[in-house]
Amino acid sequence: MQLKSRNNRDRDSLNAENRSSLRPSVFWRLVEDIPQPLNWVLIGISIGLPLILWWGVTTFGSIDAKFLPSPAAVAIAFQRLWSTGELQQDTIASLWRVGVGFFLSALFAIPIGIVMGSFRSIRALLEPLFGLMRYMPAPAFIPLLILYQGIDEAPKVMLIFIGTFFFNALMVMDTVKFVSKDLIEATYILGGNRLQTLLMVIFPHVIPGILDACRINLAAAWQLVIVAELIAATEGLGRRISVAGRFLRTDEIFVGIIVIGTIGLALDLLFQYLIRVFCKWSERN
Amino acid sequence: MFVQIDNISKQFQTQSGNLTVLKNININIDRGEFVCIVGASGSGKSTLLRQIAGLDTPSSGEIRIAGVPVKGPSPDRGMVFQNYTLYPWLSVQENTEFGLKLQGVSKRERRERASYYLNVVGLSDFARCLPNELSGGMKQRVAIARALVCEPQILLMDEPFGALDIHTKESMHEFIIDLWQRTKITILSITHDVEEAVFLSNRIFVLSSRPGTVKKEMTINLAERGANIKRHTIFQDYRDELMVLLRQYGAEGLVAAKV
Ligand SMILES: Nc1ncnc2c1ncn2[C@@H]1O[C@H](COP(=O)(O)OP(=O)(O)O)[C@@H](O)[C@H]1O
Ligand SMILES: [Mg+2]
Repeated sequence: MQLKSRNNRDRDSLNAENRSSLRPSVFWRLVEDIPQPLNWVLIGISIGLPLILWWGVTTFGSIDAKFLPSPAAVAIAFQRLWSTGELQQDTIASLWRVGVGFFLSALFAIPIGIVMGSFRSIRALLEPLFGLMRYMPAPAFIPLLILYQGIDEAPKVMLIFIGTFFFNALMVMDTVKFVSKDLIEATYILGGNRLQTLLMVIFPHVIPGILDACRINLAAAWQLVIVAELIAATEGLGRRISVAGRFLRTDEIFVGIIVIGTIGLALDLLFQYLIRVFCKWSERN
Repeated sequence: MFVQIDNISKQFQTQSGNLTVLKNININIDRGEFVCIVGASGSGKSTLLRQIAGLDTPSSGEIRIAGVPVKGPSPDRGMVFQNYTLYPWLSVQENTEFGLKLQGVSKRERRERASYYLNVVGLSDFARCLPNELSGGMKQRVAIARALVCEPQILLMDEPFGALDIHTKESMHEFIIDLWQRTKITILSITHDVEEAVFLSNRIFVLSSRPGTVKKEMTINLAERGANIKRHTIFQDYRDELMVLLRQYGAEGLVAAKV
């Protein structure tokens, strides 16, 4: 009897006091949207705060401008490089290399990746090799590429190709597994043969996944071109940085780094935009 | 007999050995009949339907439709899946046309035939929508239209209304009965919903589990199939009878599964 009443009391206290309900929150919502204004404020802080810190440190601190130039000095260096046309020339050179190398990589990797994802046989044939190649760091191939192809454009384009091809192919392969078996069987029942199913069902289904894979691997391509140019080039943003380093022009190094980062971000946003516009149906949105 | 399922058995090779999912299934269906197969989940209903659709081949036995043995999937046997398998990037119109497109039908004819069946399922106004803009019931009507456009000899449905809420489900029942009466198509549907089976079918086959065998065949004679019929005692008698059968054979399956 006594035991029973204590049990009841315990249960009551558990309900009334100890068991608190989840407190509402705006900032700490798990995997949920936050209000638009807060979103913009946070984005502003994310970019503005480092800029302010940088400005503060260079204005009030006692750091040698040779090590850390002020934002204003970098802006002036930007203007200088822009007015002589060197900056545009370098940017175009780098973009062109990335464009050609990555285009070729995607051109081969996308069909191969789809075929690997669709046929277990092709997958068994290629995945071990590709999986291994993926972990060989592309910059380590530079001496070989220079040996085989000289120091022209070819080794730089090739570096981007081998640095992104295997990632592209394996990531595209992975997106194929999200095509449901039911959808493929529904296609057979509607009279589709295997080739039609591959071209008219699997391919359109993986387009958002392909764009996403390209978006991610483009970041790698963009880094590789800078690495290639740091080592051997007559123009390009990487070359600009390495020359500026030799003459201790830190402001120009900063210009180079910021331009590289901005272009990378712009490319990323471009791909996100493409996915949003052309793949309205996709869950990736 | 239009559909002859002749002593079908199906075994799967699994890690824990040979699993007999279907055993000695014999089912005959007349042209124009509406037949339901009911059974507990895991009793092999989907497996049976896949054999009829030609997506899989039975370990023994044979299936013939209009005298022709089933060898593989074909637009002759339309199928509607439980999880609305529509092409998410195609509009309702394009989804409906897709079978004809695969079969190389000209664009104009495709458009006309798809529009006709979209009208039949009452979705003409939604022709340009994407599937994810539709409700579950509407998606399933698109899937039905997509199957009907190919003018199949039989429509196979695997728990087509299982994911719908009760009100949508009831209106889909009336919709499919109306469609069946107008098109006179042969329909074989799978369900674990007892009321659905009695409301829709001419005949019901009750499947036991592990291995799936036909335990009972019920013939349903309902004068009319309006919404009101569900309140009649004759309907409720059928329902109760089926419920008892299902409980009996479903439980048997569970006991067998534990052993
Ligand atoms: N491809 C397969 N390989 C192995 N076992 C399977 C396969 N397909 C179905 N099964 C087994 O067959 C049984 C019946 O499955 P299913 O036909 O989906 O039942 P239901 O549709 O009646 O719920 C289940 O126990 C399932 O695990
Ligand atoms: Mg099933």
